[in-house]
Amino acid sequence: MPLDSTQPSKRDFKVVGTRPLRPDGIDKVTGRAKFGADATAPGMLVGRILRSPHAHARIKKIDTSKAEKLAGVKAIVTRADFPDKTDGDAGLYDVLYNIMAREKALYEGHAVAAVAAVDAATAREALKLIKIDYEVLPHVTDVDEAMKPGAPVLHSTIFTDGVEPKPKKPSNVTRRYEFGHGDVEAGFKKADIVVQRTFKTEATHQGYIEPHACLANVGPDGQGELWVCTQGHFMVRDTCARLLGMDISKLRVTASEIGGGFGGKTTVFIEPVALALSRKANRPVKVVMSRDEVFKASGPTASTSVDVKIGVTKAGRITAADATLRYQGGAFAGSPVEFGAMSAFACYDLENVRAIGYDVVTNRPKQAAYRAPGAPMAAFAVESVIEELAHKVGMTSIDFRIKNAAREGTKSSYGPTYGPIGLLPTLERAKQHPHFQAPLGPNQGRGMACGFWFNFGGQTCVSLNVNVDGTVALSVGTPDIGGSRASMCLMAAEELGIPYDKVRAIVADTSSLGYNDVTDGSRTTFATGMATILAARDAIKKLTARAAQIWSIPVEAVTWEKGYAKPAGSNAGNFPPLSIAEIAAQAGATGGPIAGHHEYSADGAGVSFATHICDAEVDPETGATKIVRYTVLQDAGKAVHPSYVEGQFQGGAVQGIGWALNEEYIYGKDGRLQNAGFLDYRIPVCSDLPMIDTVILEIPNPGHPYGVRGVGETSIVPPLATIANAVSAAAGVRLTSLPMSPPKILAALDRKAAAE
Amino acid sequence: MRYERPTSLKQASTLLAKEKGSAYVLAGGTDLLVRMRTGFIEPDLVVDIKQIPATREIAITAGGFRIGAAVTGAELGEHAKLKKAWPGVVEAANLIGSKQVQGRCTMTGNLCNASPAADSVPALVAAAAKAVIVGPKGKRTIPVEQVPVAPGKTSLKKGEIVESILLPKRPSRSGDAYLRFIPRTEMDIAVVGVGVSVTLDAKGICTDARVSLGAVAPTVLLVPEAAKALIGTKVDKAALDALAKACSAACRPIDDKRGTREYRIKVAGVLARRAAQIARKRAGGK
Amino acid sequence: MSNIHVRTKINGDVVEYVCEADETLLDVLRNRLGLTGAKEGCGTGDCGACSVTIDGRLTCSCLVLGAEADGSEIGTIEGMAKGEELHPLQRKFLEHAALQCGICTPGILVAAKALLEHNPKPTETEVRFGLAGNLCRCTGYDKIVRAVMDAAQEMRRA
Repeated sequence: MPLDSTQPSKRDFKVVGTRPLRPDGIDKVTGRAKFGADATAPGMLVGRILRSPHAHARIKKIDTSKAEKLAGVKAIVTRADFPDKTDGDAGLYDVLYNIMAREKALYEGHAVAAVAAVDAATAREALKLIKIDYEVLPHVTDVDEAMKPGAPVLHSTIFTDGVEPKPKKPSNVTRRYEFGHGDVEAGFKKADIVVQRTFKTEATHQGYIEPHACLANVGPDGQGELWVCTQGHFMVRDTCARLLGMDISKLRVTASEIGGGFGGKTTVFIEPVALALSRKANRPVKVVMSRDEVFKASGPTASTSVDVKIGVTKAGRITAADATLRYQGGAFAGSPVEFGAMSAFACYDLENVRAIGYDVVTNRPKQAAYRAPGAPMAAFAVESVIEELAHKVGMTSIDFRIKNAAREGTKSSYGPTYGPIGLLPTLERAKQHPHFQAPLGPNQGRGMACGFWFNFGGQTCVSLNVNVDGTVALSVGTPDIGGSRASMCLMAAEELGIPYDKVRAIVADTSSLGYNDVTDGSRTTFATGMATILAARDAIKKLTARAAQIWSIPVEAVTWEKGYAKPAGSNAGNFPPLSIAEIAAQAGATGGPIAGHHEYSADGAGVSFATHICDAEVDPETGATKIVRYTVLQDAGKAVHPSYVEGQFQGGAVQGIGWALNEEYIYGKDGRLQNAGFLDYRIPVCSDLPMIDTVILEIPNPGHPYGVRGVGETSIVPPLATIANAVSAAAGVRLTSLPMSPPKILAALDRKAAAE
Repeated sequence: MRYERPTSLKQASTLLAKEKGSAYVLAGGTDLLVRMRTGFIEPDLVVDIKQIPATREIAITAGGFRIGAAVTGAELGEHAKLKKAWPGVVEAANLIGSKQVQGRCTMTGNLCNASPAADSVPALVAAAAKAVIVGPKGKRTIPVEQVPVAPGKTSLKKGEIVESILLPKRPSRSGDAYLRFIPRTEMDIAVVGVGVSVTLDAKGICTDARVSLGAVAPTVLLVPEAAKALIGTKVDKAALDALAKACSAACRPIDDKRGTREYRIKVAGVLARRAAQIARKRAGGK
Repeated sequence: MSNIHVRTKINGDVVEYVCEADETLLDVLRNRLGLTGAKEGCGTGDCGACSVTIDGRLTCSCLVLGAEADGSEIGTIEGMAKGEELHPLQRKFLEHAALQCGICTPGILVAAKALLEHNPKPTETEVRFGLAGNLCRCTGYDKIVRAVMDAAQEMRRA
């Protein structure tokens, strides 16, 4: 196989697929690993942000004069310190507006000013001395309310895109999307049974345990450094530089260890503010969000309202599927409704399909990505209706799905035609799984659902340096959010033919490597992994050239095998193989350092599918739900480090369990968030859960040399529906609103009893 | 803020009485530090009572048990005799927060925080516990249900400290239980809490009972009608039905982020029934 | 605001520090003593990332004043390994891949150590309830529970 081929090869893997210890492990079990808030700098100041107490208010005047006079205050910034340098880039302007309110505060928690002071107590005191004159405006936080005529309008500049004719009046609907093919109306005419329902989901937060934190240091010469917990330090650098009018080359950003992200750390919040404070104070400034700031002022995901209508024949074949999805993504355009609409029906082979999406703004924090953004809510609605239809046509949940499942050659609901995909294998494996045969106890119900995620590639740059002793230093630019350095070392070792522990991977800072997109879209093991493989092949080319030079034979006469350069055949000469260490030892004499590189925009990320099964037990007297058993079956393409693949499956499933049962943003009538803490924003605790069983399937992705598919996101797509189907089965009544909190379940049981 | 660590109750009381600004008692701190952190309070003085020996011990007295104000949940759980006599009280105290919180939290703090949803308080009320209060004018002892008067407010006067909680001696064939409803299995504030204490005679007839409800009114409620439903019965199905009805009827809850009014009313009855069955069993009833 | 002088033992070493009256032990450890292994995930005792032991009792260091620690012995994640030798829990966490991002890991290890000292042979349910005060958002807890059970078994054999 040529070195530049990215086709998966049928190969026996030596190290890929094994489960070695992770390179950053010792630091993380001894407390030495340095996360966002763990850095300090000489002369460091404490930065604090003042936030709007109102959901929607015009900011008439900001008076910082008293705060400025407080001893120990070194800098104060407000909107006046963030002139608009976005040059017509609407998305970037929204980011600017989000990190520091301009004419209006658009949600409770919106930043309105910030202070840098010698200590936390002084900074706190200074915030109290800043006087803001607000004109409180009517607000709206619910997606359906925000779409109604007469709802308070957040932006006078939003005229719904994607509708003809374009509206003349501003509204909260930023854009209409439509995906699909065929003739949905004709399809429904062919149906024997049609089920139509409306579903609602509440906003949830990624819930990473590490609050946003950064340490900024900018000098009067315009040079700056930033230490930050982020999923993408190149994104942070470019965004901050543009917002603050800095040269990109003058800002060096280092990614700290990151304490969870799940998409929530793919944008900036405090970083430009910390840089602005540091620049003004000419001192290092550390800004760390408190937990309530994280809830109120980072980027939770959308709340949604979704209509689904699906028709089937008596024989159980879907004739048409239609959905309308309404997602609010906070105070600015960009809810993940587009992905929701694209992915809603992606699991099915459909002749007639349509999904319409509306992106809506409300007086809530600007949403950020959350693991497969937009897809879990759509899957909740669609897979709930699918389950109901299966029962109505008298088929098992699984056979109905198998009958209608998308497969290789299916034209997907969002456009492309699928190549080799893993949905049917997960369904067929699920059917054989002991979980499906296990008996259920009293008050228990079983549910299942499928899920899909696109996966992404993106811009990637990797450097692989061969050291003089033959060990390898690998520099990647995608922050490691769950063990990816281990996976990169495995792939480099596999390709070079050397042991895993001879490769050390680091996440390089922005001045050490070319641009890398953020760690998102389940792209890192796929895209950075492929770049690593290709950089290793680049190094191998150079290593074989050096061997050729040492042996004085043509480079074409040298091959690379299991970590050694060898003469290609007996006519090339009779030389003992040269190890990577032997070649590296002579590097100085043969042309200098040996390094492999790869820079590209990765294409060919393989789509990923999963099937989940859940048994839930519902207490009929209290509405409490217990997850009794849970199984995840997902296609990984190729599991590079199976333990961390399982970890992604389990973590996604459990975030889904939280979303389905307990997690929600609760707003009061005043538009203020009522549960901005881990006490009342209830993420699952250890005692809530059973073990999460996993089955890894490997249907190679043709777009990756080892067949790798992203695995991080798909696992959160099926759980909402899986659990809703299990709870509905256990309770004997269909639940259509998340979270399925005990009061909601008990109320549904009461309604059912009243109807009987 | 000043931090003081007196070694006697008298010193502590004097410090609190003399403070012109806002003064708070610190025992476990699991509520106080949270309120400080969230900016809800900004104390001028914090008086740490953990160096006062009387606050640190569980004493067995002629009248029953005296539990010092700074005794932690974990220590209660490790006291075999207390656990045997008042399993419901101990399990209620052990439901407060996580293992981490258990290492610090106290029943007295739980009481004086005056939350209607405090876990240990319904169990204490059902147990007819009393609070011993020390202040500038000396000592007084009052039923625990008279300590909280409204959410976040107590009947303690300036300079007064709860020194200890008294639990009465147990007649034979007695049992108590506390159950709460929370959406998760741990780490939540009670949506409804129910404490039940019963004493049976040799025939299994309930001769004495106290029933208390948490999180269904501005303060923890003692529900005499619910106790009446049990007394004179074998705590059988009819009695349990009457108990559940009386408990639901006594609720005056609100809709909030943790639960709806209807939900609390209904579940109060459900939990009362379940708690009474446990208490009956612990009392040796069948 | 007047500073308070405090004398403690941390991980066996005598440590003296001054702190403000309203400063938490967590802030003292992190900002004054450079012991950043304890993390602040919430500051209100809801996540367990700041777990330490005080006189052998597990607690959230965000719920303790620095001044209160006077005269007590504090155990933090930094004192868990003995020289080069990792604690069995630390080793098992690595072997079982029981961490992803690792931010909750120090707190969970401190809590798990306290759990096993109290109960050397916990059931799965006991482990789950014993660690309920420690939030982990990455793993779904499965591998954490397995690692703790495995470490407990190894420690019983030793």
